[in-house]
Amino acid sequence: MARTKQGASLDRKKLMADPIMMTTIIVLITFLTLFILYPLAMLLVDSFVGDGSLSLGVFKRIFQMPNFTTAIGNTLKVGFVVGILSTLVGLLFAYVEVYVKIGKFTGGLFKVVSMLPVVSPPFVLSLSMIMLFGKAGIITRFLLGIYDNSVYGYWGIVIVQTLTFFPVCYMMLKGLLKNIDPSLEEAARDMGASRMKVFTSVTLPLMLPGLGNAFLVTFIESIADFANPMIIGGSYDTLATTIYLQITGAYDKAGAAAMAVVLLCITLAMFCVQKFYLEAKTAATLTGKASRARMMIEDNSVRRPLTFLCALAAMFVILMYICVPIGAFFPTWGYKFFPLTGKWFKLVFTRYKGFKAFKDSFILSLISAPITALLSMIISYLVVKRNFRGKGFIEAVSMLAMAVPGTVLGVGYIRGFSGGVFHTGFLQGIYGTGLILVIVFIVRSLPTGTRSGISALRQIDKSIEESAYDMGADSFKVFMTVTLPLIKDSFLSGLVTSFVRSITAISAIILLVTPQFLLITVQINEFAEKGSFSLACAFATILIIITYSAVLLMNLFMKRFGTSKKIKEDD
Amino acid sequence: MSNEVIIKNAVKKYGDFTALNGVSLDIHEGEFFTLLGPSGCGKTTLLRMIAGFNSIEGGEFYFGDKLINDVPAHKRDIGMVFQNYAIFPHLDVKDNVAYGLKARNVPKNQIAPKVKEALELVQIAHLADRKPNELSGGQQQRVALARAFVIEPSVLLMDEPLSNLDAKLRVQMRTVIKKLQRRLGITTIYVTHDQEEALAISDRIAVMKDGHIMQIGTPSEIYAKPQNPFVAGFIGVSNFLDCEVDKDGMTVIKNELKIKVPLRKPYAGAAKLSARPEQLFFSKEGMPGTVQLSTFLGDFIEYEVKLDDGQELIINEYTKDTSEIHTDGEKVFISFDPDRVSLYEAETEEVISQ
Repeated sequence: MARTKQGASLDRKKLMADPIMMTTIIVLITFLTLFILYPLAMLLVDSFVGDGSLSLGVFKRIFQMPNFTTAIGNTLKVGFVVGILSTLVGLLFAYVEVYVKIGKFTGGLFKVVSMLPVVSPPFVLSLSMIMLFGKAGIITRFLLGIYDNSVYGYWGIVIVQTLTFFPVCYMMLKGLLKNIDPSLEEAARDMGASRMKVFTSVTLPLMLPGLGNAFLVTFIESIADFANPMIIGGSYDTLATTIYLQITGAYDKAGAAAMAVVLLCITLAMFCVQKFYLEAKTAATLTGKASRARMMIEDNSVRRPLTFLCALAAMFVILMYICVPIGAFFPTWGYKFFPLTGKWFKLVFTRYKGFKAFKDSFILSLISAPITALLSMIISYLVVKRNFRGKGFIEAVSMLAMAVPGTVLGVGYIRGFSGGVFHTGFLQGIYGTGLILVIVFIVRSLPTGTRSGISALRQIDKSIEESAYDMGADSFKVFMTVTLPLIKDSFLSGLVTSFVRSITAISAIILLVTPQFLLITVQINEFAEKGSFSLACAFATILIIITYSAVLLMNLFMKRFGTSKKIKEDD
Repeated sequence: MSNEVIIKNAVKKYGDFTALNGVSLDIHEGEFFTLLGPSGCGKTTLLRMIAGFNSIEGGEFYFGDKLINDVPAHKRDIGMVFQNYAIFPHLDVKDNVAYGLKARNVPKNQIAPKVKEALELVQIAHLADRKPNELSGGQQQRVALARAFVIEPSVLLMDEPLSNLDAKLRVQMRTVIKKLQRRLGITTIYVTHDQEEALAISDRIAVMKDGHIMQIGTPSEIYAKPQNPFVAGFIGVSNFLDCEVDKDGMTVIKNELKIKVPLRKPYAGAAKLSARPEQLFFSKEGMPGTVQLSTFLGDFIEYEVKLDDGQELIINEYTKDTSEIHTDGEKVFISFDPDRVSLYEAETEEVISQ
């Protein structure tokens, strides 16, 4: 859309007449520059001038470390396999939900499976994998009598990550499949194509860009994942864990920075392909909304095996998740199962400062959640509804944050803030405090919040707000009284999502946390590393209860006060 | 196998809601048959049952003498044109048209000439290599048509295929469809809610309402002799007048006009009379009224007349038949030709005129 010169100058005038807008934009740009761009820039500076002068010395050095080059290979291999497996399993689930008539029970299983990864800390599945299939695993040792099964390493990571990430693919692909107009497939059918032929010649080609998209999103998630490789990787190092060890074990900050740059380059490249190539392609083939309800497959020869397969997979995932709270009640995991005991929970609170850990995690997340939700709403508002110089910058940087692995951000913060901004001592005060943790939480949750905010706002017609301006409200007032109420649901879910994401975060946080703060996720990681699985389970169980209650509370609240219900009734 | 379509007592239920309530049809080979009715009357439901996309809760569907109730959609040998065309967005025009031929395992060397011929028939051969998003609505419509008939199906189904086009294109395309159907002689079942379109395009029409068939007939039969007030009101414009049939078989309207409408069976009692605007005329005597509004529309003049008893009528008078235009407020008398109007029992709405 070509904007006229006059329109641009009008926009500019409108902006100048609106000091609140101006201030907001300036504050936002400062925040994004300081806390996203600057730390990443510092990584570049560190890795290129780490040895005192501008050179490729640091990179030369790290690429000569055999464990680093192995880690790159490992990471890419895991990411690739996990990406493919998650996409396939996700497609199976999505296809069955959208195309096959399934019973209430299976439908319920599907809902639980899509929900579990959202409310769980990222490494829960690693724990249960070890507890079910490890050396002292219930299934391997007690049911099958295998005493030396090793889950650590490549396959452990692949299985755990696939189970963790496939629900994301499932939800993405479900949305896409729903957008395929059923009449396309009906047209193919009545020209004589069988169901299988329709799937391979119509459905699959239409989904191809979407599948690529799901693959890349999982790929990025997998190579950015820190917690699972940390717990279940054993000696199989990935980039995220290698960077962590480089900085905490070898104290090689320049080397870690250079490794972080390498990891960042990989994720950024993937992200660009996904964002600019595949998303556009997906939109091109799947534009229209479905014109009518799809005729579900009722044929039992198709239905039974597919439903059975999905139900089995779903129950396995659920078993993995349930294993954690149950494990917390066994007296000694792997040796003594009865009588069930609450002693681990007691120990959490008496000996291991559980109360402080929960308080710290809870308060920090509670502070960051509303800030994140509001910030992401403001950013999406500006991106969708306004025109101003710097808009592209704000949009690009908040999206960029999505492609930055937590470990990379963590190293960037250490390099960027431990000596103050540009090592001048400015803002040095925030390093090692709760404030920097809150900021990390915000930056880590901002992209998802912004993305959902943007899609919510795109559905509001511009004229609604324009009529409020006509009646004399300024931009702040319009945002608070018109826009925000209309996207209340999206705001609320952003609030809870960022709370859940913060309280379960680990990758960036583990590099920045100082002993004065005890965070639950860090504790769980520590106990799991030490092999105290019962304690780790007890911590994780309480964490799951907190996050699940938060989500439950949100759903309850939305049901009572949400706007979506009313809008639906008006349709 | 002959390509007639016979439907006996079709029933479709959605939960408690009965969408089709025992519909029977007999569609002849090579016929252009239209299902016409307001939205929600069950016409699309019936079409989708014929196509095999809706389950059949009751009744029997035959293609020729073959029962097709349990034949899956892709083995019914049909071509369908969808309301939104359903052109595969990932295939270009010629591959869209070739899709059904490939699915039927037509030998490779025959596919290209058949596709070319089909595209020439709908006059878009020059667009063969375009992608669907580079086509206009009318061109997409032609692709959908070519794709449906290129497989030479025994039955061609069309679900409101013209409703997404603008008015001018709609008129143009319906002629294209009609000529094509005549030429190919494929039994065609067409669904629309547009009565003008139905009248223009069909050999026969079934008018539907609330899951029932109200009348089946040729366009002229349905227009001239509507079997019930619903059809009279739905097809074209009709004036309805409350009246009384006395024991002598005379139709009396408010004691002011007494006229003999020929009846098909003896009847006495309350009745309803329907007359098209062009079936009413001004005369020396008849129902007294006042001209409310006269609108000059070129080849005819439309009058809104309010009768003295309060009922309102629309009357059309052809410009070529008259020399004077009645002015607003003028006192007039209205009459009609008793052989051409329709009369219904007030209670059952059953037709009683001949």
